[in-house]
Amino acid sequence: MVFKHDVVIVGAGLAGLRAALEVAGSADVALLSKVYPTRSHSGAAQGGIAAALGNEEPDSWEWHMFDTVKGGDYLTDQHVAEILAQDAVRAVYELEHMGVPFNRTEDGRIAQRAFGGHTRDFGAAPVKRGCYAADRSGRVMMDTLYFEVVKKGIRIYPEFHMLDLVVRDGQVAGVTVYELATGELHFIQARAVLLATGGFGKVFKTTSNAFANTGDGVYLAYRAGIPLEDMEFVQFHPTGIYGLGVLISEAARGEGGVLRNDLGDRFMERYAPTIKDLGPRDMISRAIYMEIREGRGIGGKDYVHLDLTHLGEKRLAERLSDISSFVRIYLGLDTAKDLVPVQPTCHYMMGGIPVNVDGQVLDASHEVVTGLYAAGECSCLSLHGANRLGCNSLLDLVVFGRRAGLKMRGELAGIPWPVVPEDPERAVRDRIAEMKGRRNGERAARLRRELQEIMTTHCSVFRHEENLVRALSDIAALKDAYARVGVEDQGSRFNTDLLEAVELEHLLGLGEAIVASALARKESRGAHSREDFPERDDENWLKHTLIHKQDQGFRIFDKPVTITRFQPKPRAY
Amino acid sequence: MEMHFKIFRFDPETDREPYYRDYVVAAEPQERILDCLNRIKWEQDGTLGYRMSCAHGVCGSDGMRINGVCGLACQRLVKDFQGSEILLEPLPHFRILKDLVVDMEEFLERVKAMQPYLLASTPPPERERLQGPEERRKVEDVIRCILCGSCTGACPAMDENPEYVGPAALVWAYRYLFDSRDGQYTERLRALDDHNAVWSCKNYFECTRVCPKGIPVTRSINLMKREINKVFGEKGPAS
Repeated sequence: MVFKHDVVIVGAGLAGLRAALEVAGSADVALLSKVYPTRSHSGAAQGGIAAALGNEEPDSWEWHMFDTVKGGDYLTDQHVAEILAQDAVRAVYELEHMGVPFNRTEDGRIAQRAFGGHTRDFGAAPVKRGCYAADRSGRVMMDTLYFEVVKKGIRIYPEFHMLDLVVRDGQVAGVTVYELATGELHFIQARAVLLATGGFGKVFKTTSNAFANTGDGVYLAYRAGIPLEDMEFVQFHPTGIYGLGVLISEAARGEGGVLRNDLGDRFMERYAPTIKDLGPRDMISRAIYMEIREGRGIGGKDYVHLDLTHLGEKRLAERLSDISSFVRIYLGLDTAKDLVPVQPTCHYMMGGIPVNVDGQVLDASHEVVTGLYAAGECSCLSLHGANRLGCNSLLDLVVFGRRAGLKMRGELAGIPWPVVPEDPERAVRDRIAEMKGRRNGERAARLRRELQEIMTTHCSVFRHEENLVRALSDIAALKDAYARVGVEDQGSRFNTDLLEAVELEHLLGLGEAIVASALARKESRGAHSREDFPERDDENWLKHTLIHKQDQGFRIFDKPVTITRFQPKPRAY
Repeated sequence: MEMHFKIFRFDPETDREPYYRDYVVAAEPQERILDCLNRIKWEQDGTLGYRMSCAHGVCGSDGMRINGVCGLACQRLVKDFQGSEILLEPLPHFRILKDLVVDMEEFLERVKAMQPYLLASTPPPERERLQGPEERRKVEDVIRCILCGSCTGACPAMDENPEYVGPAALVWAYRYLFDSRDGQYTERLRALDDHNAVWSCKNYFECTRVCPKGIPVTRSINLMKREINKVFGEKGPAS
């Protein structure tokens, strides 16, 4: 069936919801989600949203901008960071006015807490900038925006998977979608498509990401000819629950928690003498692995301890209750009494679909693709540069989700209805039939596990040319095997067996793009740490990586970084 | 260790009636029931239908009945079921779409009917609306709701009155009724004063017992009943 909407938003996390609220009322907008909207992964964000409200102590947007740039190891495009930091205060008040239940100060204002890399006076000391609702900040923001969307009567298609993005002659034509409940394919013709599909942590074995985070929007844009930017920059959050990867928010350290090695030492004092456990995530994840390598992991193993025992039960209950419950449920431990075993976990993708500050997607010539927009983790502004700061992603979603919505609203009148190719779902339909026809083919789950092993072994916190070359050839072999992938479930209702096989194509393509981009960048910057090129090299590498899919393989090129206020300096904390 | 599962199966498209299928999987004691389900799906039976996403009790996708008790498959661990067969069934009181997948629409419609959004009676100030920590604390527990449906699935009152909006919807009603920034207190309270709303609750406490986020659901409903009696005069539960 062919549907028609002025605007289709793919993904109903915070970026998609915020954009939808901006467009609704002036255009016919449809919100598409592979899960029920309230199950989107923005809901797993725990710590908070940054804004220089100054409710707890003096703060300024310039400090916030500087921290964002320095946190990104100067790969951040500074005009983007300026918009983010300046608009943050308005964005947080707007959320509060919508009803987000932020924690409060004694005088009734929005409470704020310290977070990694957020400082006063351009790095002098930590500052309380993160606005929060206990340790479920993302969830309550998402619930609030979702019910605003409901109130506005915006059309939602839950459990619809985007399987193809159709771009013709520099203009988006629409999306091919799969209805999970029935197995039917539909084409949605649209004058504007906003990709807000989130990240793809599922390329790694240990991740804080949800099963749904398979990078569908990023990969389908890439397949449709859009280059991807800064894909080598993958954030490993320092504190995932050991073995599981479940996130223990940085708020735990913002509230005073510290990391300890096997000797009980607070080792971050050595790596970031000024702000210690509130250093940026890339630095702390590296420090944890250095401790492990030097034999100071707990019991000689590959994890360290997060110590929250001195925070007291009241503070744990009021501000860190979800993470305390995760620790209780999955480890049988009590955060008030026990040390929590943690190790870095794949958390966030700094790279993605290149966009300008209004969410317009840019092609390989850096030109706007008519009607195509992206916002949130799937996009690359580049705001977070080589390493994102905590509390900046929720902010990114609402600031740039709104801007993308505003732009779509403004541009829509000038965008003609696209020409729909004949039988637009055909390629996808054929592909599905082919995979279903191989009932006893390669199992997607096995290939996916191998990909996750390869990425984790060869392309996580530390990287080296030898490993990256090996990873590229291993992924190539997996792609060959993927051509024989089969689907056991022949049914049409809730066929997740089929969708997991489809998503694997996305994961393989994105894994390859990460590795190829990592191999190309011969320096260490932010989250990209090359053991064979351990220093940052501004002379040759102060630039963004772009990878562009070709008929055979890919092409890698670059574009300059925008520097406005802050010249690159050595990055010490 | 070897774990034995008995799983409810039903595809309305092809099956005349539901049946149960047995599976045996190897699992570690600290693994989640969801890990076992995934192993079954990925290694033994790709046709098994269930929902999941975050796998750590935040998204609310994998609500189901585990050995008769509603909850999240990602929050229950293998070690709690050692030596026993594990029976997995879809949430009761929900229409079954396939195997463990249920229709969420009616459930969500009932939540939406509570107008779960802020309806302030004054225009927003330039900065934040002020709300003291004590006022904020009133909603502290209920904002943990993840809309998983476990409470509504477990509630015996849903059998007695299928028109009952159910505990989850009432949690969302509470969320805004007691938000000091909201301006529709009386209207919200009046809507709750209904046979199909708070007065269908008979204090079975099943919702409170199963809530994966530890929300005191029954107590919250009772607070709303008390509030109704206080504002509109004593009524007691309708029969």
